[in-house]
Amino acid sequence: MAKVLLEGALFELTLTRLAAQLVENHHDFSQSVLIGLQPRGIYLALALHHKLQGMLQREIAMGRLDVTFHRDDFRRRNLPLVPSALDINFSLEAKQVVLIDDVFYTGRTVRAGLEAMMAFGRPSKVELLVLVDRKYSRHLPIQADYIGIKVDTRTNEKVKVKWMESDGEQGVWLLTEDESNAK
Amino acid sequence: MSALSVKHLLGIKHLDRSDIGLIFSTADNFSTILNRQIKKVPSLRDITIANVFFENSTRTRISFELAEKRLSADVVNFSASSSSVSKGETLLDTVNNILAMKVDMVVMRHPHVGACHFLANHINANVINAGDGTHEHPTQALLDAYSIRKRHGRVEGLNVLIMGDILHSRVALSNIFCLLKLGANVKLCGPPTLIPKNIESLGVAVEYNLDAALAWCDVVNVLRIQLERQKDSYFPSLREYARYYGLGLERLNRLQKEITVLHPGPMNRGVEIDSRVADHPRHSIILDQVENGVAIRMAVLYLLASDPATF
Repeated sequence: MAKVLLEGALFELTLTRLAAQLVENHHDFSQSVLIGLQPRGIYLALALHHKLQGMLQREIAMGRLDVTFHRDDFRRRNLPLVPSALDINFSLEAKQVVLIDDVFYTGRTVRAGLEAMMAFGRPSKVELLVLVDRKYSRHLPIQADYIGIKVDTRTNEKVKVKWMESDGEQGVWLLTEDESNAK
Repeated sequence: MSALSVKHLLGIKHLDRSDIGLIFSTADNFSTILNRQIKKVPSLRDITIANVFFENSTRTRISFELAEKRLSADVVNFSASSSSVSKGETLLDTVNNILAMKVDMVVMRHPHVGACHFLANHINANVINAGDGTHEHPTQALLDAYSIRKRHGRVEGLNVLIMGDILHSRVALSNIFCLLKLGANVKLCGPPTLIPKNIESLGVAVEYNLDAALAWCDVVNVLRIQLERQKDSYFPSLREYARYYGLGLERLNRLQKEITVLHPGPMNRGVEIDSRVADHPRHSIILDQVENGVAIRMAVLYLLASDPATF
């Protein structure tokens, strides 16, 4: 039985808190942009984008970054890496960037994201926002600035974030190896 | 579907429709990358690719080389005229020597039909056919179909005319395979001496009257008259060829519609294609083809390199 980490009102509350923390540090977002990491970070980025625009009553720039071609496990895993769409139609030069992903695990995706992002200009500052931080499992010296929930997990477990628009339900679940294979 | 069904790209004949779809969707990603300020990604940074050209080529070699460099691969270039081939070394020895230097992929053009198949059977590296004799030139056909898809939004159901020297053209054969697999209707047009006998068995139609063929088609791919392969007299003179089978602007203007013009290059202006057509801002997508060529070749290199069987 999958363990529920976050759902319902608490899930919404976490998103609202993350949005409020962003406003504390980025004020009116005039020099800040949101960048979601493909594929699953996009849903979180969209949810926060929606909340922030509601709170600030202004347009906030948001892009989708695909890191497939920058990954360090190309030709090292048994499944081919399939790219997703990349959509950043503004320059990141001198901007404050908030990188957004749903689950923060080894840190390798974020490393690839940092590298991929540099093709769009030199940001003045980059911060990392994640919904779930799997503690003590980093392979690289990377930490998140904004965290929805911290969890202790084993390497054979999987954290699954579901979104209303793609999965029909919303929340965070911890799955065992058998459960994630069955999915 | 996330991987190609083949280990080598030897010809379109060996691909299936989903392979072509995967190459196109991956090329879309690379197309986006090629249109931004920093056009390079590090995917193939630990891969070495040898471009082995036993026959002259300018744009195909540059296009491959650019695609390889945009993917951060290490590249070595080899051309027959400046190598031991002129001293009598065999193809397999030449390539094995290159592979002994730890090369992962080979892009090869060779004047003999089937040279790439021979190589693929004898070596471990991925082989990409960049043209073998009058047989196949798969990446050209892929980029032609990709350019048509970008212009028209689809390939399926379109009427595509391939005109000119079909007999000597590897581009024609690869194009026929590719377009038919994608569901287009294909017709060939040219002087009877330059159209191979029984080519209809591939599933294409043949029309000898250019005006009738143009009236039928949505897209025309104009092939080059290969002057270097015309030692036998396939037609009386270039002037006569240009008159009967040259794509002139008057011919296009007589049609009641706009058709898309492709040419794999290099063009013989004034022979198979009029300059006013080749440079036409609406009809011609010849320079788009060149641009798309890099994205398509990046996609092919990336997908072949990501096959777990090869590393």
